[in-house]
Amino acid sequence: MMDLNLDAPHSMGTTIIGVTYNGGVVLGADSRTSTGEMRFPLFFTLLGCTLRIELPTRSQQLTDNVYVCRSGSAADSQVVSDYVRYFLHQHTIQLGQPATVKVSANLIRMLAYNNKNMLQTGLIVGGWDKYKGGKIYGIPLGGTVVEQPFAIGGSGSSYLYGFFDQAWKENMTKEEAEQLVVKAVSLAIARDGASGGVVRTVIINSEGVTRNFYPGDKLQLWLEELEPQNSLLDILNAAGPEPMAI
Amino acid sequence: MTFTIPIDNGDSVKNAEADSQRTLYPYVTGTSIVAIKYKDGVLMASDMGGSYGSTLRYKNIERMKAIGKHSLLGASGEISDFQEILRYLDELVLNDNMWDDGNSLGPKEVHNYLTRVMYNRRNKFNPLWNTLVLGGVKNGESYLGMVSMIGVSFEDNHVATGFGNHLARPILRDEWHADLSFEDGVKLLEKCMRVLLYRDRSAINKLQIAKITEEGVTVSQPYSLNTFWEFKAFHNPTAGAEGSW
Repeated sequence: MMDLNLDAPHSMGTTIIGVTYNGGVVLGADSRTSTGEMRFPLFFTLLGCTLRIELPTRSQQLTDNVYVCRSGSAADSQVVSDYVRYFLHQHTIQLGQPATVKVSANLIRMLAYNNKNMLQTGLIVGGWDKYKGGKIYGIPLGGTVVEQPFAIGGSGSSYLYGFFDQAWKENMTKEEAEQLVVKAVSLAIARDGASGGVVRTVIINSEGVTRNFYPGDKLQLWLEELEPQNSLLDILNAAGPEPMAI
Repeated sequence: MTFTIPIDNGDSVKNAEADSQRTLYPYVTGTSIVAIKYKDGVLMASDMGGSYGSTLRYKNIERMKAIGKHSLLGASGEISDFQEILRYLDELVLNDNMWDDGNSLGPKEVHNYLTRVMYNRRNKFNPLWNTLVLGGVKNGESYLGMVSMIGVSFEDNHVATGFGNHLARPILRDEWHADLSFEDGVKLLEKCMRVLLYRDRSAINKLQIAKITEEGVTVSQPYSLNTFWEFKAFHNPTAGAEGSW
């Protein structure tokens, strides 16, 4: 087995965020899945290129009122999510009412902890129930469960710790919370090669669930990013007397 | 280029079972716990950090929990394993209550149970990656013990885990004495925690102190300690090296 490198948290190719606000939660994520980081250098050389798939949804519905954001191994996170949807479905039938966020988080924990040797997935569970309102639970590698007012995960989250330390505040409105999530995912996409594509958000509160979509080219521009154009020719044609000046 | 494939009994690529029986590595970890016996019982201190490698990822983790009426458990190491241990202990306490015989598990019994659990896991090469501190008071007798992830278990008047072993223990050996008052005990723990704050990179400045006496367990609110940086030597350490700051 590889040597113990306790100082290197495994980066997981994506950015996922969950935030509570005054009345519910907002979950957000990017949409990129990438391959290119191999963990067995004896057999394969590190793949230099990445295959980018921009389709997948990273926020998955566990039950009507609880969603999970998945990061890490796509396969592992999908199968954990699928098992928990199955368990929660049965649980909801037996209970006769919607499952609580805490129960959903604990089912994820059960799988994550008991299979910690084999799984490589970090998850954020968020939802709303009538007992405790909006709740976010972070479940990192290893299967620890941490209830938090907000949670970030995935490789892109490295770039967001400072941002949230500064920008997070208690009791935001729904609009403030969603704007914060979109801004944060967008900032992470700007710096993390393994994050990209579009931003998807899910707002969950007593009224239900709202899914929103923010295409990559409609996000705010950050440092050293330029307005996208169709072609240089458009710039040249629009410009004045010295179009090719540097 | 030649590749050498290492011969390995537990080849986890071909044999899935081998993987589930291997020793693990910790992901989210808590740093030191420091605890002392004092006049009325036991005092225990820990910070509220959960580190993820070198990132100080979680800053609100409670690493000390009351167990039953008489005990307090503090844990350093992998937090998910600590959470699992708390579940085992919940079951233990529940069964103890169900006897409904007026008796209840004391710290000595809980410590013994934990020792068995940790040692047996160690024997299966699948340890719970924690060092546990168990303190308590029952029938007027104070108890303070420790169990490590390999099952090493002992009692003492003062204990410390992780970096606390190296930084706090010398202080405790010098300054601990029997029948410390609550105030002196807290000051002693804070002295240790402050050193850990200066020197342990996994420590965060947000800690709790827990007290257990015959009356029961109380865990303080989270708070931060002052630190001092105004040493003259720090003000201008590069005086000799022109151009540096």
